[in-house]
Amino acid sequence: MFRAIVSSPDDFVNRVLAARGGRREQLVQILRQVQEHTHWLPRPVLARIAAGVGLTPAIVEGVASFYRFLHLEPVGRVHLLWSDSVTDRLQGSRVLAHELCRRLGVEPGQVSSDGLVSVGFTSCTGLPDQGPALLVNHHQVLTRMDHERVARLADLLRAQVPPAEWPAEWQRVDDSVQRADVLLGSLPLQGSAIRATLARGAEATLAEIIASHLRGRGGAGFATGTKWTLARASPLPPGGTRFVVCNADEGEPGTFKDRVLLARRAHTLVEGMTVAARLLGARQGYIYLRGEYRWMLESLEAVLARRRASGLLGARILGVTGFDFDLEIHLGAGAYVCGEESALIESLEGKRGVPRIRPPYPVEQGYLGQPTIVNNVETFCAAAHIAERGGAWWAATGTPDSSGTKIHSVSGDVERPGVYEFPFGVTVGEILAAAGATRTQAVQVGGPSGICLAGPEFGRRIGFEDVPTAGAFTVFDATRDMFEVARGYAHFFAHESCGFCTPCRVGTELIVRRMDKLAAGFGSGFDEAELRELEALLHGATHCGLGASAANPLRDTLARFPQAYQRRIVQPRFVPAFDLDAELEPARRVTGRDDAAAHLERLG
Amino acid sequence: MSDNSPPGKGSGCFHLDGHEVAFDAGETVLQAARRTGHYIPHLCWHERLGQSGACRMCVVKVDGHFAAACTTPAQAGLKIENRTPELDARRRLLLQMLFVEGNHFCPSCEKSGDCLLQATAYEMGMLGPHFEEFYPHRPVDASHPGMWLDLNRCILCKLCVRASREVDHKGVFAVGGHGIGSRILVNSPSGRLGDSSFESTDFAATVCPVGAILPKRRGFAVPIGERRFDRGPVSAETSPADVALPAAARGEPG
Repeated sequence: MFRAIVSSPDDFVNRVLAARGGRREQLVQILRQVQEHTHWLPRPVLARIAAGVGLTPAIVEGVASFYRFLHLEPVGRVHLLWSDSVTDRLQGSRVLAHELCRRLGVEPGQVSSDGLVSVGFTSCTGLPDQGPALLVNHHQVLTRMDHERVARLADLLRAQVPPAEWPAEWQRVDDSVQRADVLLGSLPLQGSAIRATLARGAEATLAEIIASHLRGRGGAGFATGTKWTLARASPLPPGGTRFVVCNADEGEPGTFKDRVLLARRAHTLVEGMTVAARLLGARQGYIYLRGEYRWMLESLEAVLARRRASGLLGARILGVTGFDFDLEIHLGAGAYVCGEESALIESLEGKRGVPRIRPPYPVEQGYLGQPTIVNNVETFCAAAHIAERGGAWWAATGTPDSSGTKIHSVSGDVERPGVYEFPFGVTVGEILAAAGATRTQAVQVGGPSGICLAGPEFGRRIGFEDVPTAGAFTVFDATRDMFEVARGYAHFFAHESCGFCTPCRVGTELIVRRMDKLAAGFGSGFDEAELRELEALLHGATHCGLGASAANPLRDTLARFPQAYQRRIVQPRFVPAFDLDAELEPARRVTGRDDAAAHLERLG
Repeated sequence: MSDNSPPGKGSGCFHLDGHEVAFDAGETVLQAARRTGHYIPHLCWHERLGQSGACRMCVVKVDGHFAAACTTPAQAGLKIENRTPELDARRRLLLQMLFVEGNHFCPSCEKSGDCLLQATAYEMGMLGPHFEEFYPHRPVDASHPGMWLDLNRCILCKLCVRASREVDHKGVFAVGGHGIGSRILVNSPSGRLGDSSFESTDFAATVCPVGAILPKRRGFAVPIGERRFDRGPVSAETSPADVALPAAARGEPG
């Protein structure tokens, strides 16, 4: 099964190490690349990599074991991961996954006895508008899975047809742009914003960014002009540079607008990053592409190559001496927390993606301790347009506190899922109407770390002054069980906790156990009280925003859909998470008894 | 160590539960409080080691907002709540989380009476685990001639990781896994302590606040009743008692 390693244990590893210059910052990339050939990462391979990058084997194992897409145990030669987003589940992914397992004769999470295939689940793969989706070998995606496709997929797997030869139609990804405005409706920018920046000058262009009142599109809404000004003013260490980093780690479940921007407006993104580089005097940039978007890597590399050939990237951009800026794409490896900017920087440095202590902030000491800006894909795209057309033009759209447009990833119970670009200030109800939603019970705005809104609130407006969003807009109609929605999100956060701080590491697990207990029919008022207690603790005790927002779906659904919980508070007094009487069954069997005295008094 | 400290805003005073605390430039709230004899509960902080912020026991309210005292730079005029019923109740929950996450059997534990987790639980008035026990399966590593590694008691404070790296310059320990599966790794070919460069005289051998790293053959040399926290509660220790250093480690730069 692993003949390639056995016959030449170090050759491939050595080649990857050489190609990556044996640099520590490249560790996650090296591990990914090696694993593409070895399928998993046995200890001797980790030790070889450790020696090659000058780290201890324990540190390398610590890094490898942090990322969900790196495997320290064998996986199948074809490793299939079902996207486990709530929308994938609404589309029937769980049933399909178990059908596939049944057809292949494997259990979820286990490798088939011939070592050919393994099937598991992963967090939202960014395709909830065309799910149920599957990730194949962390490399390619299958969309719109159904019973027929699952049956054929099982046949192909049994016949050992390589994934590259599977039907192309299965791998079709639609951009589904349903409503376009300036970002999605205009042509990709290929030099015009850079030329405008050069003509106006760096200072004046930064002033335009500030005047635009552009705020970060990743969720927190920090003023882009302020961030760039701070990074520009931060002193450089000797021989240092400033770094421009794009956060394309679109991990928030239900969000896929960056996927569409990367597919359709990659030029505009790189243009925005190049403008930022000019304003900051940065020579190097990185696009941190989430591991789930590995299938987009080649097309993005092609965009970079075209721009280098056109003099828009690399040395002497547009012929200007001293204007040198190039980009590298860094692949994530399955860790939601790396969407947090300081965790993203740690990951870029080849480390475990644990959020840093702040201060110092990335604008002062970011990547390799040097001033770094980290901005969302959509933010850089907006900045490129602002550099071309000016701050006043951008600020004329939207609301006073939230200028410009915002792209929403609409999925769930709607007629027309896809991306919708609206000016800020649009109401939740207007987006619902545009997407053809009917009998809507709830909308999860901004993903599980955002806010869950119910019917009476659909008149609220999208914007930092009312309902902020990182871009997800997941719709649930009246048939959906909001407790199950919240339980799915609870599992997501427990799965994605980095494990660094106590309340997030243990608290997310305790929330999962409570909610599973309710789902299994053992819920009592005691459990609801504990859920409220845990929710209150997580809001305010954690090291980073992931932990702080991990209990948002719980908080919001408890407040807005208490009946979904009440239905499950079936026991008048505390009961454990298992059926005490059922646990006595083996003892009854052994003793041959089934009389009344051999049963516990039934509760309730 | 000092290069791990965040920049402060010059020296001055902040208010901790109504007491004035004078701080030096560059100090965190917790550093200044400890130096001046004030107790802010903590498990993963050590004055000789870099910051962490992992255990969250030292979360206080700074001008009304929750913040970890160990990572918050001291600033003049801050109003800090520390030992309030609200904050101690939150600490109790955090302690209960740590107790159920691992396997902590105080009555049979060699560390009982010397254990910072146990002492802090007493201090916070914790009466029971509250949550259900996870009972994780964690084999004991007895491979080292002088030391036990019993991760059943590990609370992932990572003091051993930092001590071995920053003071001993060995890097014997690292962190692996993620989420509830996070765990301490040992740097050796087999992953066992006996095959590592760990020595009983290492600073990392003394720094564990619980009984995860213990010397062999000394379990009850100091009887129960005469141990560190038998002498008085953790809050009454005016100077950090967890700084008793082996001679080899003393004087080493951080």
